[in-house]
Amino acid sequence: MYQSSMLGKPARDWTRLEQSYRGRMERGNAISGNKIVPHQDAVALMEAVIESGDRVCIEGNNQKHADFLAAELARCSPKRIHGLHIVQSNIALPTHLDVFENGLAEKLDFCYSGPQGVRISRLVKDGQVKVGAIHTYLELYSRYFCDLTPHVSFIAADAADRDGNLYTGVNTEDTPAIVEATAFKSGILIAQVNRIVDRVPRVDVPGDWVSYVIESPKPYYIEPIFTRDPAVITEIQILMAMMVIRGIYEKYGVTRLNHGIGFDTAAIELILPTYAADLGLKGKICRYMSVNPCPTLIPAIESGFIDGIHCAGSEVGMSDYVAARSDVFFIGRDGSMRSNRVFCQLAGHYADLFIGSTLQIDLEGNSSTATHNRITGFGGAPNFGSESRGRRHASPSWLLAGQEASRDPHRMPRGRKLVVQLVQTFSDPTSPTFVERLDAWTLKDSFGLPLPPVMVYGDDLTHIVTEEGIANLLLCDDLAEREQAIRAVAGYTPVGLGRDRAVVTRLRAKGAVVYPEDIGVDKRLATRDLLAARSIKDLVRWSGGLYDPPARFRNW
Amino acid sequence: MEHLEFRFPGRPGLVWKAEGKLVGVVGSGNLEVLIEPADLKGDCLATISTSIVGFGETWRQVLTDFMERHTLSDIRISINDGGATPAVVSLRLDQAVADYLGAAQ
Repeated sequence: MYQSSMLGKPARDWTRLEQSYRGRMERGNAISGNKIVPHQDAVALMEAVIESGDRVCIEGNNQKHADFLAAELARCSPKRIHGLHIVQSNIALPTHLDVFENGLAEKLDFCYSGPQGVRISRLVKDGQVKVGAIHTYLELYSRYFCDLTPHVSFIAADAADRDGNLYTGVNTEDTPAIVEATAFKSGILIAQVNRIVDRVPRVDVPGDWVSYVIESPKPYYIEPIFTRDPAVITEIQILMAMMVIRGIYEKYGVTRLNHGIGFDTAAIELILPTYAADLGLKGKICRYMSVNPCPTLIPAIESGFIDGIHCAGSEVGMSDYVAARSDVFFIGRDGSMRSNRVFCQLAGHYADLFIGSTLQIDLEGNSSTATHNRITGFGGAPNFGSESRGRRHASPSWLLAGQEASRDPHRMPRGRKLVVQLVQTFSDPTSPTFVERLDAWTLKDSFGLPLPPVMVYGDDLTHIVTEEGIANLLLCDDLAEREQAIRAVAGYTPVGLGRDRAVVTRLRAKGAVVYPEDIGVDKRLATRDLLAARSIKDLVRWSGGLYDPPARFRNW
Repeated sequence: MEHLEFRFPGRPGLVWKAEGKLVGVVGSGNLEVLIEPADLKGDCLATISTSIVGFGETWRQVLTDFMERHTLSDIRISINDGGATPAVVSLRLDQAVADYLGAAQ
């Protein structure tokens, strides 16, 4: 019988994680005797609380990095700690890979490795890094709540009080996701903070979730990666931005969207107050955005174009401006912005449109930023740049795109998210953006990846905008039409020159290929005069002096 | 430097009556385009001086597409190129024609 078989078994201990936590804390407390640990004791603390084979997260996102703790971990003895499984979003700092070279860590699950892409490739080939998988941010943080929960996490905050309450300020970013998973599964949470204070401006992480706090000898590293100088935006980018506004934003009535972070989308932002306003589109497009506070958004915000922005992280120099615009941004009671990457990614995933750039697009519309010798990973673009198949609420944009995608009026109707790639046909004179075969295939073979690393899949993509025109993939009946629509906007690349002019004419007649003159885009306006701001200084002026650009962007 | 010349049969339509139209500046936008009326028995003639050698076929394609987009005859196009992309060349040519049409209205 059921009951009797249970009775025959020895009782299982269901609190092993909790006991492990207590043991780790006892060893840690023996080092410090206090929640606040002097930075000189960081290595001793780590060697006390980390166990070999642990899953470890070092917080490091696009911007904020627990850089002091990363460096201290790399100094730990591999005799004391080894076989670590690093589970973290970014491999951005040299110290992130030092822990592998120094023999502390073996396995890696991550999302993005921009600046370390070449070195990580070498370590993978040498067998020093065993990659579990390369994720998007949302995937990795989802796995934190399944099978990749960290045993120990190192996080970064602006300030802490003596009870360990943390203030993450404008750069909250990924901290809540890491903290939630670690603290509630008996994990050790160590925070590096820029300063210890008597009272934090607001509590972003409650102190009783935090195991130890270390005041870092210097503030955490942060990089201005979302600042685009309007001075280098070209007329071609302005022409493409005009096509996006008329051919996509106006046509579908796109109000909720996510912009990539390149110059191409900055050009769109900078002609909202001029070109789009003249078209009478204020209040009709671009009202809610899921983006970092990019400085090039300032003129559109000041013009009353944008009602709301939720940010994944902050941007250097934007804090005062953002704080003064609490109707637009999400602001704490302390007056500073609250960012949150997971929520921003979710908001962008369920928005009406994603638009961004890429390095290569193939004939099916698959795109990739992979180049053959570097493992750079995915970051957040695939979650923004994909159809949201779980979406159920309707909007005019979603419904119109769904109608265009429908091939059979007898089948169940559903809406469709717009996923747009905005690219010039050549990324440099010898590198066509449009290719027959993505470099991602070579990368797959070189590194034994399970699949070619595709950023946005062709069947999620709805539009490609180039300086030539717009390919509307929703209106293509089959892969052959899709290929010709892509060739039609591929310009003078070999892919573009291979187009069948008769098919392109037919596709143009049904709107699957759109050229500027078809949507009333006057090329004479495609000059830098159309930009609401033509320099960083113009942006400062638009902000009423609140935007404080980093020194490297100041040339006055 | 490479010098290229392409002659296209004109198509009756827009008659270029205005004075020559210079668009673009070599120093800033790496391309200078001059479009002017000329008696070419209805044809159009494009002459190109470019600092980038070996892209004659691309120039031919870009100019063929330009001629297809507009109905032009009896015009001479002089291009002084410092390495502009086909996109910039097309944009400057189209801007010159659009400017002319706008002025003629």
